Amino acid sequence: MPIGTPFHPRTSELCTSLFYTDWAGYYTVSSYDTSHEREYYALRNAAGLIDVSPLFKYEVYGKDATAFLSRVMTKNINNLELGRCAYLCWCDDNGKVLDDGTVFRLDDTHFRVAAAEPTFSWLMRQSRRFDVSIEDSSDRFGTLSLQGPKSRDILKNVSDADLESVPYFGLTKAKLGDVDVVISRTGYTGDLGYEVWVEREHALKVYDAIMAAGRDYRIQPVGLDAMDVTRIEAGYIMNGVDYFSANTCLLESRKSTPYEIGLGWTVDLNRDAFIGQEALKAAKANGSEWASVGLVYDWPAFERLFDEFGLPPQLPGGAWRTPIPVYDKKGAQVGQATSGAWSAILKDNLALATVKSTYAKPGTVLQIEVTVEYERRRVPAIVTKTPFFDPPRKKAGGQ
Amino acid sequence: MKFKTKAEHSRYDAVVVGGGHNGLTCAAYLAKAGKSVLVLEKRPVVGGSAVSEEVFPGFTYTVCSYVVSLFRPHIVRDLELARHGLEILPLEASFSPLPDGDSLCRWGDPHRTRREIARFSAKDAEVYPEFSLAMSQLARFTKSIIDNPAPNPASLNPGELVQALRTSQGIREANADQRFLYLKLLTMSAADFLDQWFESDVLKAPMSVSGIIGTFLGVRSPGTAYVLLHHYMGEIDGAMRAWGSAKGGTGGISNAIARSAQSYGAEIVTEADVSKVIIKSGKAVGVALENGDEILADTVISGLDPRRTYLGLVGKENLESELITQLGHYKFRGSSGKVNLAVDRLPDFVSRPGDGPHLYGDVAIAPSIRYLEKAHDQAKYGDFSERPYINMVIPTLVDPTMAPPGKHVVSCFVQYAPYDIKEGAPNWPQRREAFGDAVVDTLEEYIPNIKETILHRQVLTPWDLEQEYGLTEGNIFHGELSLEQLLYLRPAAGWAKYKTPVHNLWMCAAGTHPGGGIMGASGEMAAKAILRRSAA
Repeated sequence: MPIGTPFHPRTSELCTSLFYTDWAGYYTVSSYDTSHEREYYALRNAAGLIDVSPLFKYEVYGKDATAFLSRVMTKNINNLELGRCAYLCWCDDNGKVLDDGTVFRLDDTHFRVAAAEPTFSWLMRQSRRFDVSIEDSSDRFGTLSLQGPKSRDILKNVSDADLESVPYFGLTKAKLGDVDVVISRTGYTGDLGYEVWVEREHALKVYDAIMAAGRDYRIQPVGLDAMDVTRIEAGYIMNGVDYFSANTCLLESRKSTPYEIGLGWTVDLNRDAFIGQEALKAAKANGSEWASVGLVYDWPAFERLFDEFGLPPQLPGGAWRTPIPVYDKKGAQVGQATSGAWSAILKDNLALATVKSTYAKPGTVLQIEVTVEYERRRVPAIVTKTPFFDPPRKKAGGQ
Repeated sequence: MKFKTKAEHSRYDAVVVGGGHNGLTCAAYLAKAGKSVLVLEKRPVVGGSAVSEEVFPGFTYTVCSYVVSLFRPHIVRDLELARHGLEILPLEASFSPLPDGDSLCRWGDPHRTRREIARFSAKDAEVYPEFSLAMSQLARFTKSIIDNPAPNPASLNPGELVQALRTSQGIREANADQRFLYLKLLTMSAADFLDQWFESDVLKAPMSVSGIIGTFLGVRSPGTAYVLLHHYMGEIDGAMRAWGSAKGGTGGISNAIARSAQSYGAEIVTEADVSKVIIKSGKAVGVALENGDEILADTVISGLDPRRTYLGLVGKENLESELITQLGHYKFRGSSGKVNLAVDRLPDFVSRPGDGPHLYGDVAIAPSIRYLEKAHDQAKYGDFSERPYINMVIPTLVDPTMAPPGKHVVSCFVQYAPYDIKEGAPNWPQRREAFGDAVVDTLEEYIPNIKETILHRQVLTPWDLEQEYGLTEGNIFHGELSLEQLLYLRPAAGWAKYKTPVHNLWMCAAGTHPGGGIMGASGEMAAKAILRRSAA
């Protein structure tokens, strides 16, 4: 049975729908009301506060911390400056992705790793030759993700952080009220947004302060359903949905290299040895079989299909994550869409898909399966560069 | 958005008079097709009645129109309006506070709605979804009417017949019960029609008002029922949805269309008051501006209402007397006003105190059918309603950028406010504040502290809507949406297809089929008719 996060006393009070989901063993709100619509629009027009405490968190301390993380991560952490964070992934010896996550540089010799899956023992195993100590801080910290165009205004009202100087993927230590927190300009919505990291005993104080300051900016507590729509608009893949950790795959074919899931840009290949380096060099040289792409349904065709049945186009109520086959023009299956959502902001029906890399060029017209009145039909879907939604405010400001 | 105040050239393929949302839509389609297009707008901002303005520092009002439901989804796609900033935020609920401290709220959640209605009538609670289904089916059948030009029922021209078939396609698919229902809708009053379904006044009153908005009729006037369909025709996000409010107010829609038009090369000039269409040998050849400038064009398109177009821009001397007679019969008789409030906190209703999801929708002050009839009675005899129907939305709830942090704008559509008050329409300015007081006094019965929260108040009477926004007699739809002036009769028999008797002069706004409301359909269909003509 799941347990509550440090913010559970507050989120459970607000969650009038009782719509919860189990995220890594924690009760997590899916949507606070019976529809996530208000929360979605708050994320894009005002601000939303999401409890992301179930993320796994690890502290890496010690004089070899930089060298150690450079060894295990796809990015060269030697280049990660103090006060910055990096999105990246980590692989097994065969260059297959274990997880994607974020590394935060809090100090010269102190880093935090945020991961989707338990990673402590793997980190420990890799650390033997390094002068580092690793702490599983997952339960020590609560994490709040404050996302949306008004997120900065709200945090400015409630903390002493100089947020104007925190760039995209920057971080700062700050006092929020009288509580010490870390604020990073990160998130999973593809918008302006921050994550606030707080010791669990002060969690409620921080939650209350942000909600109080946010009232004037129409803050909404936001659950995973609304966040899921925004992460698809942002083109962010999800472990366990759009790809699978190599640790969990029975079939070799289910495993992916970073190049196959659109994370090739997080790999600093030519440097000191890191885990999976040789395999990744070979993978890059040989080219990938698969590619991660964005798909946009051909709306007029979608509308016509439903009209054939006398129906208005039926849109999914929220983001979906049941894989759907994707075909080429001739009807041969060339991959699968793994998650998708209707974007009310873009007025487009979106999907994230894995397809044979020869079909990955933007503009390529594929066919996606659509079920209407129990009949399996197909409509064209156009390969589109992600992010689908990329407002300038996401990266604007900061040094 | 800022615009130029002088045209770059002296000649264009097309000049659009009036930068309302339809004029802009027409311009965007023409520019997209490669035409050189100039839009001339009299005011310093575009949008016409779909306009957002910072009337009071820090507060952006959605000045005239305030909700949107029927904006054509294919126009959003064709003109890439999402990319140009169009965002329509759905209204979540319909909240109807009552004077006795009770209230009814209809939600997106059907079970919650059922429980709410059941407090007033257990029977109505179960009939409500049946009614919605019946209306949604009819709405689907009539959709083809909005998206096609109105065919001439008297013509045997094959093109017209094809069009008639296309337009009536939906109705031909309907079964007998649905056709009977449709006939009732076309002939009955909104209140009588609802009486056949429901027993609770608390439910019927706020439902019936959609039949009277923008008309001089009452909820018991025959012919008002069919507008109920509009509530089930709305298309937000492709699916049949009800109402939404535009991000940044309805001016947000106009600005998105303007940006789209510009991206295709259309030129938009503001503070350009067009006085005449220049007509030579029965052909429109350009426009003359109030300042004496003349701009030549192969095609002139009017985004103004029929009276302003024909009797203003064209002039009686260029028209046949039969058309002048028909235009004289075309009814405007505006019946509504608008009160915009800047408030320092959210309205606190007696019936549902505090902040909450009931505010994220529209609030209808329409407690009973009798209340609405009484409001209409006063208007019939030349007074504004002392206790009017008010439709309130608070756009800052979903778009906090429209007011300073913690503060809000409250948009109130108010009916009845007859254009022809007994003192005479030009004397409206003397009654303006009394009208505003009646609105605030009405609100105070439901929101006791409202007066102390008001930082600024903008009152727009039908006279103001006419003088400032060019809506003749203050009619928000460029003429009543009553059956006798719809379809092929809008604005006059024979001239419903955007074409006018003056060669090369076209109409593109709400005074043509399919009529008022922020749809963009007239602008789009006018542009397509013009492009077909020039291709021929």
